[in-house]
Amino acid sequence: MFDLSGMTALVTGASGGIGSAIARSLSAQGARLALSGSNVGKLEAFKAELGGDHVALPCNLSDAGAVDTLVPQAVEALGKLDILINNAGVTRDNLTMRMKDEEWEQVIRVNLEAAFRLIRAAAKPMMKARFGRIVSITSVVGATGNPGQANYAASKAGLVGMSKAVAQELASRGVTVNCIAPGFIRSAMTDVLPDAQKEALTARIPAGKLGEGEDIGAAAVYLASKEAGYVTGQTLHVNGGMAML
Amino acid sequence: MSETADRVRKIVVEHLGVEADKVTEDASFIDDLGADSLDIVELVMAFEEEFGVEIPDEAAEKITTVKDAINYIDEHQG
Repeated sequence: MFDLSGMTALVTGASGGIGSAIARSLSAQGARLALSGSNVGKLEAFKAELGGDHVALPCNLSDAGAVDTLVPQAVEALGKLDILINNAGVTRDNLTMRMKDEEWEQVIRVNLEAAFRLIRAAAKPMMKARFGRIVSITSVVGATGNPGQANYAASKAGLVGMSKAVAQELASRGVTVNCIAPGFIRSAMTDVLPDAQKEALTARIPAGKLGEGEDIGAAAVYLASKEAGYVTGQTLHVNGGMAML
Repeated sequence: MSETADRVRKIVVEHLGVEADKVTEDASFIDDLGADSLDIVELVMAFEEEFGVEIPDEAAEKITTVKDAINYIDEHQG
């Protein structure tokens, strides 16, 4: 079950915490990857660490022109594209009253618009192949909201609505479109939080601990697999029970 | 009937799963042949592949009948 050998995937934000965990999980199941990210050094280092026959495709997701070339580049490098993982995301937190236009725009552009552009480009080859798996990483915050993250929450909720629309368009062609909504996942970002804050955070999580990158990787493997072909337009919440939606 | 027309009709029959005799030149993809908008996108992709032509979105929107497709391809094939 959930064997991805012979399949290819493009993963954005692949050198980040959750992105690298997803890449590891897909690679472990046999998929060949195009790893994308904005930090070339980090990306190459991660590719080397991962080993195998993967390719690195650096891309600045706030540059629409560059984003539009990413899927064609991945198809060229991998020969075909079975799986698209829209994982890359940025935060520019601020209270709504103080939020700058640039903070709003930057988050929407990278988290939502780039995902749209990649989905639009991937839809064609996937439709032709009568097979495709599109998975976008959203956030529990897209469903529950979070103070200081109007832009981020909007972008993540936007991914969910967009995925449901595309899921309906492509369902008859064997292409599924789903989201994974992580809760609090242990990362470089959460590691530096003061203990008191970590405790307050885990107190809200029935599982009593933060999630790990692999928890998201496993969800991605499932949604990318042939076995998940009848699951589309869904959001898989991976959050230790902190929000049951 | 021209060679282009034969190949276009063959693609339409294959993609839409309709009887060959229904695919007349005046047949509308949506009204007569039961295509939906996604089928049209796929037909256009198949035409592009078969004939090596580029059919931009603005042109694709105007292709509503079998004849429209044949004419576009005949005019733009290199």
